[in-house]
Amino acid sequence: MTEPQAGLEGELLDEQRALALAELTRVCGVSVEQVRSMVAEGMLHPRGAAPEQWVFRGIEVIRVRRAVRLQRDLELNLPGTALALELIDEIERLRCRVRRLEQQTGAWTDADA
Amino acid sequence: MEYKDYYKILGVARDASQDDIKRAYRKLARKYHPDVSKEPDAEKHFKEVNEANEVLKDPEKRAEYDALGTGWHAGDEFRPPPGAGAGAGGGRWQHAERMSPEEAAQFSDFFSSIFGDLGGRGGMGGDGGFGGRGGGFASRGADQTARVRISLEDAYHGATRQLSLEVPEVDAKGRIASRTRTLNVRIPAGVTEGQQIRLAGQAGGGVGGGEAGDLYLEVEFAPHPIFRAEGRDIHLRLPIAPWEAALGATVSVPTLGGKVSLKVPAGAQSGQRMRLKGRGLPGKTPGDAYVQLEIANPPATDEAARAAFEALAERFKSFNPRAKLGV
Repeated sequence: MTEPQAGLEGELLDEQRALALAELTRVCGVSVEQVRSMVAEGMLHPRGAAPEQWVFRGIEVIRVRRAVRLQRDLELNLPGTALALELIDEIERLRCRVRRLEQQTGAWTDADA
Repeated sequence: MEYKDYYKILGVARDASQDDIKRAYRKLARKYHPDVSKEPDAEKHFKEVNEANEVLKDPEKRAEYDALGTGWHAGDEFRPPPGAGAGAGGGRWQHAERMSPEEAAQFSDFFSSIFGDLGGRGGMGGDGGFGGRGGGFASRGADQTARVRISLEDAYHGATRQLSLEVPEVDAKGRIASRTRTLNVRIPAGVTEGQQIRLAGQAGGGVGGGEAGDLYLEVEFAPHPIFRAEGRDIHLRLPIAPWEAALGATVSVPTLGGKVSLKVPAGAQSGQRMRLKGRGLPGKTPGDAYVQLEIANPPATDEAARAAFEALAERFKSFNPRAKLGV
């Protein structure tokens, strides 16, 4: 075990973080071709018309990495991966809703009719 | 080291066909895939399942594993037979073209004792057997993802978290071993649930001068007794007295940044929601706090309290709270 370093600053992959195509491919370890096909499949939504102008958001790093893992580990094709990503997002939305509803419903007691 | 029962891990019989193994693996891989599964031990299970599959899907490795005999049980203390494992010849990894040295390092000691590891084949870049890449290859370390659970207060103020992770490291003899590394990581103020923080080059690995992998931290919020976060917005239920609702009042509301005053309008009702702009989690556009009013009745346990409610009832004789329900 080494002495822990003091307060490493990471980068937050949020909506504010913007990445060009080259940076996205480097960070995620994917090819330009892989990113192009994900954009064509509607899995990523960069700003900018042509690939040279594309700007991705930080959260799309998470999407690309997840897509690559799902493709590799479950041997999914691209449409299958896109579907899996959408379903994962949907489950997340529903979990959020369940938490909201759970907070709103109180305990119940039996009533005399 | 412990003996691993790869058949049991995949839930198949020892005489299962390659198709059965593939089917069982696929099913478990979907069940425990860390991107899909929310089970707490998903990642551990997923690694085990992958290791079992790595051996059983390959008839050669499977035969070697089977040759250990059937007398073993999962968890038994295992000593590799002489001649197995380290140095047992090149070419073995040619089946594992999708597996990087770091991924191999995440397999158990039991696995390496039988099938060797990259270092066991005579050092880095020597024989060009790995992935057919030829001599002197450099390989980037694998990325790692870890979850970090923080309180809403920490998300609001920012915090420093200490975490330990296992990182693969190549020793002087070219062998890959896991080492525990402790990191202090700054969690910036205003993170939201599910967001990830990337720490470039902090996941270790990297062979033959290759870069270390990146560490990704996924932020998770611990449940909070008062607040619930939705993105940057914070939700809470605020109990108010019947007279505060009826007459209007200025009441105290807890927020992550401390107490603030809220003006409850006269005639407020249970369930009514009010927004405190900018009182959620901080950010370029800070979140809002949503306050849902909830009328709380004081108990009518003594005579004076009952009399007060009776006076109310007398005064509001014609009020039917269920008029809209038609009863």
